[in-house]
Amino acid sequence: MSKALLELRDISVCFEGFYALDNFNLSLKPGELRAVIGPNGAGKTTFLDVISGKIKPTSGDVIFKDKSILGKREHRIARLGIGRKFQSPRVFESLTVHQNLALAVSKPKKPLTLLLDNQQEEQLDQIKHLIKVVNLQSQANILAGSLSHGQKQWLEIAMLVGQDPDLLLVDEPVAGLTDRETDLTADLLKSLSGDHTILVIEHDMEFIRRLESPITVLHQGSVLCEGSMQEVKANKKVIEVYLGQSEDKE
Amino acid sequence: MNIDTKRDPRISFFIWVVIIALIIATPSLLPVFRLNLLGRYLSLAIVALGVDLIWGFTGLLSLGQGVFFALGGYSAAMYLQLNSSGSFPNGIPEFFGLYGVQKLPFFWEPFKSPIFALIAIWAIPALVAGCLGFLVFRNRIKGVYFSILTQASLLVFFNLFNGQQRLINGTNGLKTDVTELFGQMVGSDSIQRLFFWITAILVLLSWFFTKWIIRGRFGDILIGIRDDEARVRFAGYNPTIFKTIVFSIAGGLAGISGALYTIQSGIVSPQFMTVPFSIEMVIWVAVGGRGTLLGAILGAVFINYAKSLVSEALPASWMFIQGGLFILVVTALPEGVLGWLQSDRPKNLLIRLGISKPIRTYPSLEAKGKDEVNS
Repeated sequence: MSKALLELRDISVCFEGFYALDNFNLSLKPGELRAVIGPNGAGKTTFLDVISGKIKPTSGDVIFKDKSILGKREHRIARLGIGRKFQSPRVFESLTVHQNLALAVSKPKKPLTLLLDNQQEEQLDQIKHLIKVVNLQSQANILAGSLSHGQKQWLEIAMLVGQDPDLLLVDEPVAGLTDRETDLTADLLKSLSGDHTILVIEHDMEFIRRLESPITVLHQGSVLCEGSMQEVKANKKVIEVYLGQSEDKE
Repeated sequence: MNIDTKRDPRISFFIWVVIIALIIATPSLLPVFRLNLLGRYLSLAIVALGVDLIWGFTGLLSLGQGVFFALGGYSAAMYLQLNSSGSFPNGIPEFFGLYGVQKLPFFWEPFKSPIFALIAIWAIPALVAGCLGFLVFRNRIKGVYFSILTQASLLVFFNLFNGQQRLINGTNGLKTDVTELFGQMVGSDSIQRLFFWITAILVLLSWFFTKWIIRGRFGDILIGIRDDEARVRFAGYNPTIFKTIVFSIAGGLAGISGALYTIQSGIVSPQFMTVPFSIEMVIWVAVGGRGTLLGAILGAVFINYAKSLVSEALPASWMFIQGGLFILVVTALPEGVLGWLQSDRPKNLLIRLGISKPIRTYPSLEAKGKDEVNS
């Protein structure tokens, strides 16, 4: 088995007596595309919070590129190569599409560089490319706040890609998108995997099916099962969790 | 907010000619009393620029800019006092005699040097703001908690300065109008005229400087911090550093402003650090237009000028007018006067009144591809 890019070891997160995550283990190989599903309250967003440094786990360890990133601050973790897209699109609404992307691709992310240096030519090309990929050419100089919901989702994905992280954490990327946009997003994520390791959280089963990736099912803070779409669908425990205890079904 | 609006260069040139002509000519046009008032209000525009930078752009509502304003004022006043105290007993400023102080307190010593004083005017407030800011921002104190904390530190500094008669003349403050500069009385007409010009130039320089700060990606990050600080973190930026830098810059600007104000009003005292004064600074920016820079300058100058005119005509009514102005801005013009003019709301008003035609798509598309859209 090849070495893991990201490993969560026995992570527990306890909110005042309630275990949002309970001895949670997960391992991602470089270049892997992984979908995570689970009912509401299963701890999906919480474990992204743990990886990206927003929440410190009560116990356990997070290993990224062979080093523990536990206790590091959010911007440090981001600079190490973990990018995150939020559940509801979070773009800088008072900035234009172009400015949003300019901030994402800028490197190094130091105050003096931003103040004194002009943006490098290659970064400008990268911005142009990203704008084209997410099809926002005619909106490039429009405030991100006036984009439609779907366009914001795409802009945020483009910002995430522009950050060029090794690991992309994508939280419900197709919430509120049309079917066509959903398909396009799935294709986009599929094309990004390989070069990037991607972890997608989503409720939309059609979207998950289209990703054709291994699936991890989360329930009550721990992993219920892992496997392909077929395997997961056939799993008794999964059916139980999603449909309730009902022997007479199927 | 940062979208470039292209203006005809000839119009810009014309505007600048008028501005420069006004700066040169005003001292001859206005009586010295009015000129002095205008100079003071112009110097307040500099502290307002700082408030706009931290509040309008970065979302840090500081109610304690008076601290940095006063630190700049005291730095200037200490130099001037020392510069003209040669004839007094022990060669130290006169007020020390009242409290029986024989020897100059140690921290006065460096202020004998004009170069040190010139640097101290902005560097000391910037340093204090930077240290205070770093501690506050590192602990992720935000929003109203930040505002309360700045106001609390204002009170701390006020009491500190107010109680130290033997060190800095306490509540009486330091007078500057009877001190000497370049061999002349600071309160004299020629020095005051000179300081009007210096102030006008420094307002312009501060304006360019703050414009330069917010011009590019650095300014975009500030706006990002204002709108969604957590998102900035996940994009790999450390907001603490950016906030500390910008708070320190605002502190430095407040110091320059305080020094110029002190010299033109003839005295610096702990009154510079009262709560209402620091809140007024926020009101100037709110009325002029948050996040517009020019609005901060205009707000500071016009509101203060109006204040003195109204107070002359109808004493005691100014507080009501100022309060009313603030309520008006909060309820009807949240972006301030200039912000309102720059938004698309005046256009919408015209459209509603039937004076101009509604647009069909994004304004920026409309401007570029008018023909395509209409066809």
